[in-house]
Amino acid sequence: MAKYNYTAQDFKSDQEVRWCPGCGDHAVLSAVQKALPEVSEVLDYARERYVFVSGIGCSSRFPYYVNTYGFHGIHGRAAAIATGVKVANPKLSVWQISGDGDSLAIGGNHFIHAVRRNIDINMLLFNNEIYGLTKGQYSPTTKLGSVTKTSPFGTVEHPFRPGELVIGAQGKFFARTIDVEVKLTTEIMVEAAKHDGTSVVEILQNCVIFNDRTHSNITDKEVRDDRVIVLRHGQKMVFGKNNDKGLVLNGLGLKVVTIGQDGYTLDNVLTHDAYEPNPGVHMMLVNMEYPNFPVALGVIRNVKDSTYDDNVRDQVLEVQRHAKITCVDDLLNSGETYDIK
Amino acid sequence: MDKQKAVLELDEVVIRFSGDSGDGMQLTGTLFSDASALFGNGVSTFPDYPSEIRAPQGTIGGVSGFQVHIGSKKVNTPGDYCDVLVAMNPAALRANYKWVKAGGTIIADSDTFTEKGLQRAGYKTDDPVTELKLEDYKVVYAPITSLTKESLKDTDLDNKSIIRSKNMFALGMVYFMFDRPLNFTEHYFEVKFKSKPRVIDANKKVLKDGYNYASNIQAIANTYKVPAATSIPKGKYRNINGNTATAWGFIAAAEKANLPLFCGSYPITPATEILVELAKRKDLGVKTLQAEDEIAGICTSIGAAYAGNFAVTTTSGPGLSLKSEAIGLAVMTELPMVIVNVQRGGPSTGLPTKTEQSDLMQALWGRNGECPLVVIAASTPSNCFDAAFEASKIALEHMTPVVLLTDGFIANGTEPWKIPSMANYPKINVPIVPEGTTNYMTYARNEKLARGWAFPGTKGLEHRVGGLEKDFLKGTVSHDPINHEKMVNVRAAKVAKVAEYLPEQEVFGAQEGELLVVGWGGTYGHLLTAVQEMREEGKDVSLCHISYINPLPRNIVDVFKRYKKIVVCELNMGQLANYLRMEHQQFNYLQFNKYQGLPFTVVELKDKFNQILGGK
Repeated sequence: MAKYNYTAQDFKSDQEVRWCPGCGDHAVLSAVQKALPEVSEVLDYARERYVFVSGIGCSSRFPYYVNTYGFHGIHGRAAAIATGVKVANPKLSVWQISGDGDSLAIGGNHFIHAVRRNIDINMLLFNNEIYGLTKGQYSPTTKLGSVTKTSPFGTVEHPFRPGELVIGAQGKFFARTIDVEVKLTTEIMVEAAKHDGTSVVEILQNCVIFNDRTHSNITDKEVRDDRVIVLRHGQKMVFGKNNDKGLVLNGLGLKVVTIGQDGYTLDNVLTHDAYEPNPGVHMMLVNMEYPNFPVALGVIRNVKDSTYDDNVRDQVLEVQRHAKITCVDDLLNSGETYDIK
Repeated sequence: MDKQKAVLELDEVVIRFSGDSGDGMQLTGTLFSDASALFGNGVSTFPDYPSEIRAPQGTIGGVSGFQVHIGSKKVNTPGDYCDVLVAMNPAALRANYKWVKAGGTIIADSDTFTEKGLQRAGYKTDDPVTELKLEDYKVVYAPITSLTKESLKDTDLDNKSIIRSKNMFALGMVYFMFDRPLNFTEHYFEVKFKSKPRVIDANKKVLKDGYNYASNIQAIANTYKVPAATSIPKGKYRNINGNTATAWGFIAAAEKANLPLFCGSYPITPATEILVELAKRKDLGVKTLQAEDEIAGICTSIGAAYAGNFAVTTTSGPGLSLKSEAIGLAVMTELPMVIVNVQRGGPSTGLPTKTEQSDLMQALWGRNGECPLVVIAASTPSNCFDAAFEASKIALEHMTPVVLLTDGFIANGTEPWKIPSMANYPKINVPIVPEGTTNYMTYARNEKLARGWAFPGTKGLEHRVGGLEKDFLKGTVSHDPINHEKMVNVRAAKVAKVAEYLPEQEVFGAQEGELLVVGWGGTYGHLLTAVQEMREEGKDVSLCHISYINPLPRNIVDVFKRYKKIVVCELNMGQLANYLRMEHQQFNYLQFNKYQGLPFTVVELKDKFNQILGGK
């Protein structure tokens, strides 16, 4: 029984969307606006319970376009602001929007610590591998050797892989999608919302102006099926136009095989287990890169653990249960006092 | 046994305990001041400790000191110079002898004055008395370490624990000299070591043996009595330091505003203690978040403020620098918040454990853009409670960030505090937008020019805020030039308007006259004492101590114009003086400045004021 009957329209604000025509952000906004009505039904969230918090960057304009509570912060600090919102009022459903520069360069510290604390927020990481708002400088996820405005001879630094960073920071939820895959993105948003703890969703997003086609070698329609694998918990890790390719364990690593060749059958192919606490296989999955591997999409890791906000609340309740000090007057008169007569 | 020592009565006395930073001097000093406060004396204390936790033993860099001033009336400073110095090693003597009054008493642990010990402390000879020209001082060499060992030789404490008890032997000696009862301190041992009866007994024995030793030796000729104060108002008291008082002031404000208290903060000397105190108060529902850095400290607080908690963040100078951009965000989003800056010597890392007032300009202007906020300062350790409460009330009622300036001196210093009743504090009226409000405009303002505060989770009040310029009414993003000018003006007007709700500036002394001393913040005790003493000497000096720095009290011009001369005294190069020159140019502001990481001394203040008076 639907309770709220929201539609995507209910989450559209009256503000004019100002991203460039063709920007991947439009599709992500649309996917989120489609996901929220479903999240509301599944988790019983009224619209006013959502808060969207962002930093600075193209994607950080996102909160203005969602018709609920929103906070457009300063560069890099969205994770810290979102953390404060959630701790202050754990009933809120907090969504953090930021890009690769915002989250992984200037905000890298807040990003890893939010993940480590496992605060119950949903982080949407728009990864276009470029600084768009400042018109085309390389970011911490820009591929080695890329020519950008600030790397006219190619970058000389190794990029972060966001999934590896999240798992390295003891992340419990990591998913990946592509801007154009609205249906998959919507499905992942619902899963991220359902997960208690920090959910990081990396969205491979195209910057049509400054880094056009950066993900095209995996996102182009003609090649996509052979170059990505959509992982779903409990399902075999198969991919390819003909669903004939699979991932198997090979020594300490993964290997792509063709089912029916070299003696491999479907039984040899790994079954995805997003709930497995051991991050070993998840780490290998998030690090898969074209051309040696398909890029993994879907919910790669989804592990239960206690959340920061729950721990804060529980500790307060526990201490209050045996508290001798229950008001400020008690506090002021506690401990060592003396009378002057 | 000589029980016939003369007992002299004194109005006040200053004692300085000093030793290696591991010698327990802070505890020793605290126990002495607590015992004196419980006895009924006026008390003021000041710890003076090195920034290295464990500098090499026996070196000047590792000397930790704790000064206690006790009196038979209220005392307002920890005292300039001490009557008695306890020096647990040669380095402590060398670091502190210049703070002993001429002819004062120095108790030194003779066991530590070995060739090696003297060398480490940088002495050139083996005779510190001659080398430091202490011939006119009463130097009592007592073998404190060996007597402590002797005292505890029959206990099963290990050697290290025995040696660590020597501070209690020294304390016992001082208790004898000043005729302090031992029972308060014995009670402390009983509480502190509740589960270790042997440790209680050992400490009691050392304390008592130190006391008896002092009574037996001829070197201590006289003992002193500082009678309990009679002029101190009756009532229930506690000792409090500035950082604890600050923390408690916030909790009090949260109670009066009926809002949960949130503190996002990152540890930094000398502000850490505020976070430590708040973290203890889960019983009162206080949420503390020890953030990954200073920026996250304030940004989590901004998030909490947006979500409807009363948010504070605590820091010291370098941390305030890191928070600057985020303070601007709080100004732009017009969210209530208090930022405490416990000032220390700067610039950069500077003098982390020493006091200074050199962040005033940073607090007033240290942000990009036209970015006004309220700045107020606390004046004494216990005043930090009221200052924190007041800062919170202004923040919450006027919807603005407030910077509360304290400093290392009052943050760590302690004084007796007559425990207030919360019934005497006002309710804090927060402009929360109630559910059901129709046509809510995010930046619509009330008579204080404060915008309404709508909490996420409230149906019908969904809105977006952020760091981009806001539409004057709706709060949506606006790049309109005229709107921007209007917003710059209204943000300034809102802060200026706070003055209408502040008390008028008061003056201690005459309401008009020759010389007005102007100060702010933690120098209050020294300025007051200097002015008080000079007035008793018949000098025409008055004190205007400013707590509300931005906006200034609305009668400040009326105050200034009633005096022939104004001297602004600060522990910086003249930041308040320059601010006053900007705000009220019609006056000539003389200056007295000090920046040694130390408080003023009453003596130097009086010299300066006399010089100004004499130079007319």
